[in-house]
Amino acid sequence: MNESVHWLYRQRNRPWLWVFLIAVLALALLPEWFVHHHPHFADQGVTADGGWGFYAWYGFLTCAGMVILAKVLGIFLKRKDSYYDD
Amino acid sequence: MIDLAVPPGLVLVLGAFLLPLVKDRVRDGLILGLPLLSLLLVWLIADGSHASVNFLDYRLAPVDSTVAGRLFATVFSLMAFAGGLYGLRQARTTELVAAFVYAGSAIGVTFAGDLITLFMFWEIMALGSTVVIWCGGTETAYRASFRYLLIHLLGGVVLMVGIIGHIAQTGEITFTAMRPDNLADALILAGFLVNAGAPPLSAWIADAYPEASPSGAVFLSAFTTKTAVYALLVGFAGTEILVWIGLYMVFYGILYALLENDMRRILAYSIVNQVGFMVTAIGIGTAMALNGAAAHAFAHIIYKALLLMSAGSVLMMTGKRKCTDLGGLFQSMPVTAFHGIVGALAISAFPFTSGFVSKSLETQAAADGGLVIVWFLLMAASAGVFLHAGIKFPWFVFFQKDSGLRPPDPPANLRWAMGLFSFLCIAIGLIPQALYALLPYPVDYQPYTVSHLVSQFQLLLFAGFAFFAMLSLMRRTLTISLDLDWFYRRFFKEIVAEFTLKTSEARKELEANSIRKLRLFVANLYEHHGPQGVLARTSPTGIVVLWVAVLLGVNLLLYYIE
Repeated sequence: MNESVHWLYRQRNRPWLWVFLIAVLALALLPEWFVHHHPHFADQGVTADGGWGFYAWYGFLTCAGMVILAKVLGIFLKRKDSYYDD
Repeated sequence: MIDLAVPPGLVLVLGAFLLPLVKDRVRDGLILGLPLLSLLLVWLIADGSHASVNFLDYRLAPVDSTVAGRLFATVFSLMAFAGGLYGLRQARTTELVAAFVYAGSAIGVTFAGDLITLFMFWEIMALGSTVVIWCGGTETAYRASFRYLLIHLLGGVVLMVGIIGHIAQTGEITFTAMRPDNLADALILAGFLVNAGAPPLSAWIADAYPEASPSGAVFLSAFTTKTAVYALLVGFAGTEILVWIGLYMVFYGILYALLENDMRRILAYSIVNQVGFMVTAIGIGTAMALNGAAAHAFAHIIYKALLLMSAGSVLMMTGKRKCTDLGGLFQSMPVTAFHGIVGALAISAFPFTSGFVSKSLETQAAADGGLVIVWFLLMAASAGVFLHAGIKFPWFVFFQKDSGLRPPDPPANLRWAMGLFSFLCIAIGLIPQALYALLPYPVDYQPYTVSHLVSQFQLLLFAGFAFFAMLSLMRRTLTISLDLDWFYRRFFKEIVAEFTLKTSEARKELEANSIRKLRLFVANLYEHHGPQGVLARTSPTGIVVLWVAVLLGVNLLLYYIE
């Protein structure tokens, strides 16, 4: 490996970056055992937002959903970037 | 506090025209001094209306200071200052003049106590901003500036008709809260919404802003849409339809930004997304929600300008604007990358940034109002902001694959402008009370609770996880995405082209027909009057004498009969 390549771009560091990311995620979930989130809409019978790790799975799933939705929309909406050029 | 009769915005509007006359130090002094002078005036003018000008049969109130107006005027002045610093050496003088006229008229709107003054400044803004886009200097910028102007003239006409109707109905010109339950006020609402980038006319933002110069785009990101937010805040707070319009804008911005390849167009879509949050909050209309919209607008102007300054620096130093051409720039442009990341964290509402303390007022307002669906959608959108702007912009510009480009950081004045706004993003995040004190209603809200910090970190970090886990789905392509502007850029153009084609065919046929008839006529004429024509033959003398004899004979005969 060429040492002048920045360490972020070195192939052998790749797995460690993932390990670091997952460690940060685990750290973010840690307080779930100590902190209790109050559901905002308990009076309307909606308590999902007070559940364990709600913000984590909600953030992940909605973002995954948006990426997939964008991908599907892209099938219909994407055009070559010279589309409007005369 | 003084009883001043000059709208603070006029300082910038008129002062701007001194710029072409001066050079060097004096020019620098004016560019940096005019916005500060305007800021000073904004804060010296006491609450209430201070001047009245007679216009036709009406008394205008061009200097009407309110708490909300002052908040917006403050951030507009700061923006003019930082934008001026950013373009101090690089921007053309024409662009700076136009930008200051544009900024000054935006401040004029925030001090307008009546609809006529508001409308006049509204239109000057449209002209100023068009010239700013046009100063991008390319053929595409020129074309985009014309499309932009047409949309805003359309919006202006709608607004004007609404205002005339409103005055005819009520006899009042005061700019206060309205209800869009009659045609006139509904048209005023529509006119405001055009400038906010609401559907169906959202495409103009991503069409026009990215064509401006690096400094031009920074100016443009701030004024038009946020003046619209101010106007909606004063005129239409609590109008329910705004909740749904805002939510549409929020998701429109995210999805289109996810599809986009041009770095500044990503940020332009993100403007629609952010203004969507504010419009939703204005629709909710409680004191907490309106505080949220105002605070979010204030914070947003600063971090969006910061993001565009960072993108503009990359454009200036590399000449490239597409994510497919960029990457790895953090190595040689660390300062630009740092400020870009600060802006990205702020727009994502990371704790300890300005986005965290301002946007959470809006989501809290949705929760307090018991709006379950709105709250869940806003939370998803908050995660989506991190996805499309918070990570996507810095990742594809400064990291991802190494493009091999090694440009240096931009000149000092650009770095200073970015530094100032980075500082404000963090400072507002750390000392939110300073911003809360400027808001239209008293604030009883504490953003820094353990539960809020934990939930926000989880939401954003797992949104980031989704980004990296699905990176392969987001490979950049050399594409644009169709939008409703397709109708006026393609569909109507094709129809006109088709019309031209069809009419030219019809004309050809008509022409051929006429020529055929003309030929026939000439042929006919030739047949009868030509050299061989029966009517053109010369008769022999004998026949003529015979006919004369016959005539004389008949004459004689008639004579005898009588």
